[in-house]
Amino acid sequence: MSLKINRYKCGYCGACVGVCPKGALELVETWVEVDESTCITCGICDRICPVGAIEVMK
Amino acid sequence: MKDMYDVLVIGAGPAGSIAARTAAEKGLDVLLIEKRQEIGDPVRCAEGVSKVHLKKYVEIDKRWICSDLNASHIYAPDGTKIEMAEEIAGGEVGYVLERKVFDRALAEQAAEAGAEVMVKTRATGLIIEDDFVRGARLMHLGKEYDVRARIVIGADGVESKVGRWAGIDTSLKPIDIETCAQYLIAGANIDQHHCEFYIGNEIAPGGYIWVFPKGGGKANVGIGVLGSKTGKFKPRPVDYLNRFMEKKFSDARIVEMVFGGVPVSGSIEKTSTNGLMLIGDAARQSDPITGGGILNAMNAGKIAGEAAYAAISAGDVSLKKLEEVYEKPWRETMGHDINMSLIVKNCFINLSDEELNSLAYSLKNVKFERMSLLDLLQALFKANKKLLWDLRVLFKDAAKEVVKNKT
Repeated sequence: MSLKINRYKCGYCGACVGVCPKGALELVETWVEVDESTCITCGICDRICPVGAIEVMK
Repeated sequence: MKDMYDVLVIGAGPAGSIAARTAAEKGLDVLLIEKRQEIGDPVRCAEGVSKVHLKKYVEIDKRWICSDLNASHIYAPDGTKIEMAEEIAGGEVGYVLERKVFDRALAEQAAEAGAEVMVKTRATGLIIEDDFVRGARLMHLGKEYDVRARIVIGADGVESKVGRWAGIDTSLKPIDIETCAQYLIAGANIDQHHCEFYIGNEIAPGGYIWVFPKGGGKANVGIGVLGSKTGKFKPRPVDYLNRFMEKKFSDARIVEMVFGGVPVSGSIEKTSTNGLMLIGDAARQSDPITGGGILNAMNAGKIAGEAAYAAISAGDVSLKKLEEVYEKPWRETMGHDINMSLIVKNCFINLSDEELNSLAYSLKNVKFERMSLLDLLQALFKANKKLLWDLRVLFKDAAKEVVKNKT
């Protein structure tokens, strides 16, 4: 399981980072990075993304 | 960049820049860092702000004002229009700013006051010793540096990491965030003297659509949807926005896209710890009803800048001291307003379109420029008895205000 962020769709707003319960995401300048070892693929980031740029790969 | 400062401010938005300016004006040695290479860009904001309140924190400069508004029009789901004149609407809207210019001007003011400013510089972690935050690890152009500070101020926005690093849980639940999309449109025939709000579960569940004129026929047209009302199998904010654009501004040209997340959680339990304060969106200080965050951020920045001076002068940067000089002052003032707004938010997100229509209808012929908050609430309560019960806490609060003003 992992998280896929479509960087061509992402508007780098940081909303996903704010809702991540584990602090696994980070908005670095203008892109989002995922720490795969902390991410629990709960999908909350996917749920609130304003453009739908995040996908949980099961 | 030195390896020691009095105050390290992380994030150069309105909160961080005002904090840095305030602390520097007090004579403190301040470093203000911004992870992006351009302060104020990309924008993540609808850019509306109250005139009267803005003047409290900064001298108004025409260069960052796009339009000057004198009224708000609110549209209920069935199209019923409520018109509010400046005195009432001025709570959140008055000017529409150019944040790219505004944010940079505030950072420049911090620099003029003596703060060192560094862009393309991001914090990657905190230096914590004996349970005290004593600085941060910074990355600038790929190189890492340890920078120590007596006080660290986290002004790192909705995506804040600083609080989490210090053990403060700032994570937002879906019901605590408005997820937003906005287009800057050109070529549309838009009145430049009023802003518009559209509410309804069909068009913007748990949020609203806004149209804020930006001068020269341009406007910010955007939407916020409550995080708990959107999701994988539901339309996204951008889908709702496209629908609205198709209906209202099908001929307009989109010259900029903006996305964002706005905290609407109400005040969180903790915004400071030993050697650290959080301010602005990082402290979840935006208003839960309007989503407005600029003024609260500037207010918190000012309080935190003064608090840093008070704590450092006293040689005590412990949580206990920061509770006295930062937590208490902000919670007693804007914290109270934020919590009142949260009560209203929790009530309004559960109203059906029929209920919203009936509320709007009851206010349709009311002359708003002469209305007080109490009158507004009374008019609303007449139309909906359940609302009176749900918002009884507010009513008590408003009554207290009246009594206070009389004595």
